[in-house]
Amino acid sequence: MPNESSFKWVGTRQIRPDGPDKVTGRAKYAADYTMPGMLIGRILRSPHAHARIKSIDTSKAEALAGVKAVVTSADFPELASEMSPNSEMVIDFSDVSNNVMARKKVMYDGHAVAAVAATDAEIAEEALSLIDVVYEVLPHVIDVEEAMAEDAPLLHDGMITEGITPTPTKPSNIAKRVEFRSGDVDKGFAEADVIVERTYKTAAVHQGYIEPHAVLASAAEDGQVQVWVSTQGQFMVRAFCAKVCGLAISQLRVTPAEIGGGFGGKTVVYGEPVAVQLSRKSGKPVRVVMSREEVLRASGPTSGGVVETKVGAKKDGTLVAVDAVLKYQAGAYAGSPIGPGCMCMTAPYEIENVQLIGYDVVSNRPKVAAYRAPGAPISAYAFESALDEVARELNMDPIAIRQKNAVKEGSKTVYGVTFPRIGFEEVLEAAKNSDHFKSPVPEGEGRGLACGFWFNIGGESSAACHLNEDGTVTVISGNPDIGGSRASIALMVAETLGIDYNKVRPIVADTSSIGYNFVTGGSRVTFATGMAAINAAEDVIGQARERAAKIWEIDVDAVTWEDGEARPAGSNAGDHDPMSLADIAKMAPKTGGPINGHGSINAQGAGAGFGCHICDLKVDEGTGHVTVTRYTSIQDVGRAIHPGYVDGQLQGGAAQGIGWAINEEYVYNDDGLLQNAGFLDYRIPVASDLPMIDTVLVEVPNDRHPYGVRGVGEVPIVPPMAAVANAMESATGVRMTSLPMSPPKVLKALEGS
Amino acid sequence: MAKKYHVSATVNGDPVEFLCSGQETMLDVLRDRLELTGAKEGCGSGDCGACSVTVDGRLICSCLMLGVEAEGTSIETVEGMADGDQLTPLQRIFLEEEALQCGICTPGVLVAAKALLAKNPDPDETTIRYWLAGNLCRCTGYDKIVRAVQKAAAEMRA
Ligand code: FES
Ligand code: FES
Repeated sequence: MPNESSFKWVGTRQIRPDGPDKVTGRAKYAADYTMPGMLIGRILRSPHAHARIKSIDTSKAEALAGVKAVVTSADFPELASEMSPNSEMVIDFSDVSNNVMARKKVMYDGHAVAAVAATDAEIAEEALSLIDVVYEVLPHVIDVEEAMAEDAPLLHDGMITEGITPTPTKPSNIAKRVEFRSGDVDKGFAEADVIVERTYKTAAVHQGYIEPHAVLASAAEDGQVQVWVSTQGQFMVRAFCAKVCGLAISQLRVTPAEIGGGFGGKTVVYGEPVAVQLSRKSGKPVRVVMSREEVLRASGPTSGGVVETKVGAKKDGTLVAVDAVLKYQAGAYAGSPIGPGCMCMTAPYEIENVQLIGYDVVSNRPKVAAYRAPGAPISAYAFESALDEVARELNMDPIAIRQKNAVKEGSKTVYGVTFPRIGFEEVLEAAKNSDHFKSPVPEGEGRGLACGFWFNIGGESSAACHLNEDGTVTVISGNPDIGGSRASIALMVAETLGIDYNKVRPIVADTSSIGYNFVTGGSRVTFATGMAAINAAEDVIGQARERAAKIWEIDVDAVTWEDGEARPAGSNAGDHDPMSLADIAKMAPKTGGPINGHGSINAQGAGAGFGCHICDLKVDEGTGHVTVTRYTSIQDVGRAIHPGYVDGQLQGGAAQGIGWAINEEYVYNDDGLLQNAGFLDYRIPVASDLPMIDTVLVEVPNDRHPYGVRGVGEVPIVPPMAAVANAMESATGVRMTSLPMSPPKVLKALEGS
Repeated sequence: MAKKYHVSATVNGDPVEFLCSGQETMLDVLRDRLELTGAKEGCGSGDCGACSVTVDGRLICSCLMLGVEAEGTSIETVEGMADGDQLTPLQRIFLEEEALQCGICTPGVLVAAKALLAKNPDPDETTIRYWLAGNLCRCTGYDKIVRAVQKAAAEMRA
C-alpha cells in the first residue's frame, strides 16, 4: 500500500465533478427527461389489502380520446420462480413480475393492477377512473406475529417454509427459517451472573428518498428499447426489464439519470417494466413518475421486526451467551433481510455461545426493499439495547463492556467468517477519547451510546480509462453516483496516474457503453468500482510505459512511472527526458494508436465496518417529545478518499437512524390500508429536529484495497436506534422496547413508570 | 381536452407567456411548459420544499400554486440564481462545504436559503434550521447545509 504521507489527491476535499450542474438546476434527473411525442403513464393501484381480481375491464379507458395504450398483467409473460442476487439480498423474478403488475390477486394497498399511457396527465388520470376492476376482498394480515399464526390468512397458497426439516406439509406465511449457531447457549447461560431478556419491536420504515421513482422508456419498431431511469443499477434495470417484459438483454439500453437518493430502495424495479410495455404497445416514448403517495404505498420500505433477545454476561462483563429469535416482515413476497439481520446482530462481539433463529414472514404490506445495511439496524437495536441493560446491571461503563468483548483480527463471527484486520477496538478508543464522551451530560438530559456493524460487499465491476489526445483522462464506470462516488473514483485515478484531479473526468455510462456492474449497494462502489477504475488507470500506465520504451528504444522494464511521468530507469536513468502523460498522448498516433485502459473485476475482500454513536437528548415530560441535543458518529472508514463525502455518509445515516428511532412508522387501519402515505404524516427528520452531527473518522486501512477503502455508507444507520433508546433510559429511567419512540408512546411509557 | 388559459409572467427576469389548464400547478408549468426542470417534485403536497421558488420575492412551494395564478408576477427559480457563468457565493459554498449528496433537494434549499439571507443577512443556527424546516433532505442530515448557509452569509456580509 502506498505510504499515506505521499498521497497528493487521496484524502483531499475536492469539488465534485457533478457539482456545478447540481447547484444550478442543470443536472438531469429521470423525471426531467422528455422526448418528442412522449406520453404520460399512470398506474391504477389496489384499494384493498388483499383481494382476488375477478375481472378487469379496460375497454372504456381504451376508448377515451388521447389514450394510446393500456396494460394489465395479461401484457406481461408469466414467469417461473427464479432467484437472482439483488443488492445484499436475493429476489425471485416471478415475484418481481407479480409485484410490478398484480396477477390474479392484489397483495397490499397500492399494488399495481393496470396502467395507461395517454397524451397528457389529465387524460391518463381520467382513463384510470374508467378501468373497471372487480375484486373479491379476502381476509388480510398486517402484523408479523399475527401473520405467523396457524390460522392467519394465507398470502400464497404454495408457500412452504424453507429451512425446516422435515419439510412442513402445510403452507404458511413463513417463507424461510434461518439459523446461526455457535457453542452451547444453555451452558453459556448457566455460567452467566446476569441475564437480560426482552422483546424489542421496530416499525416498517421507508428509505424516504426525496426523488420519487421515475422512468422514460422508448421502444422502436425493431424491438430495441431505450430507458432513462432513476436507479441504483442500470444493469439491474436492464436484467429485470428483460425478464419481466420477455426481451433479450441486447434489446435494452438503459441510461441511469442523476439519482435523487436511493438508500437501497432503488435496487429493484416498479414502474420501469410498465413504461417499457406501454411504450412497446403504443409505439411512443412513455414516462412514468410515481407520486409521493405511490412511493410510500408501493415501493420500499424495509422490514419492521420483532426480536426476542436474551443476553447473559459474567460479573466482569464477559458476554457468555445470546439467544434470539428474529421475525422480519418481508412484505407481500418472500425476501426480508433476515439473513443479514442475524449476521450483524452480535458481530461486533466475541461471544462463545450464540443461537440466532430468524423468520422471513410475508404479510399484506408492500414488498420490502433494501434499506442501508438491510436488516442490521433492527437486530442491532435489540442487541445494543440489551447490552446497555447488562452494563447498567453490572454498573459498568458502556464503552468498557464493549471493549471487554470487542472483536479484533482473528475473531470468528457466528456466520463463519474470521475477521482480518478490522478497526473496532480503535473505534471504541476514539469514542472514549471523544470530546462528546468526555464532556459532562448536561443537566436534565440523558446520554446513550451504541455500536453497529456492516460487512460491506465487493462484487462485479467494470471501468475504462481513456487517455485523451491532450493528456487528460476520461474515466467511465457503471454505477450510479448517489453521494460523491464520481469524486472518489476521480481522486483515486488521479492519484494512481499522478496527474491533477481536474484532468480526470469521470462519467457514469449506460449499459451499452461499459461492461457489467452490479448495483450501487452494499457500500461497494468506492471499494469495488474504484478498484476497477484503479486497474484501468494502471492499464493506461502500463501502455504509456510501453510507448515511452518504444520511443526511447529501451526495454519496457527499464521505464518507471513516477509523479505522472515515464522515466528511464536503471542503466538508462538520465539518458532521456521524462515523458508526461500529455507527451505520450501526443505521440500515441505514431506509437500504436489510442491508449485506453480497462478494468474488470469481481472484487473480494470488502473490509467490514464498525461504528459507535453517542447521543444526548432531552425529553419533554409533558408531551413525550424527544429532542436530540448532541450527536457524534465515530467510524472506521478504512481510508477516507474524500473526507467531506465520508462525513456526509456518517451524518446522513445518523439522521435517518434518528428518524427511525423517534418518528417514522407505517400506520395501517383495520382494513389494512396505509394511513400516512405522505410526508406530512410519514415524518422524516427536518432541519429543526436535529443538532449538528459530529464525526470522527478512524482510519484502519483495508489491506485488500490499493488505497485501504472500506465501505462507509451503511454502518452509520445501524447504531442510532439503540443509541437513542439508551439515552432515553439515562434521561428518564424508562426503557423503550418499541420503535418509534414517538410522543404518544413515550408519554405512555413515562406514565407507566 | 381541458380548457387552457393564457398567462403572462416574468421568470428569472425574462418575460414568458404560456397556456395551461386550470388544474396545472406552477411547478408543472415551470417543468413541462417552460422547460425549467430545476424545481423538483418530491411530494406535490407542500411538504418537501423541493419545488421552492420565489414569487414577487416571496418563498413558496410551486406545487401549491396554480399556473394561472402566475399572471403578472415575477418568479425566480434556481436557474436564475447564477450570474452568467459565475456561481453565487451560496452556490459555490454549497459545493465547497459538500452540502449536497444526491442533489435533488438542492435547488429548493438554495432558493429558500437565498430568500432567508435576503431577509436576514446574519441568521443564527436555529434561525437557519427553522427557516429550512420545510426543505426535506434525506441524504445529508442537514449539518453541512446549515454550515454552508452560515458560511455564505458571512462571506456575503464581508
Ligand atoms: S413538491 Fe412541492 S413541497 Fe414537495
Ligand atoms: S442531498 Fe439528497 S435529499 Fe438532500
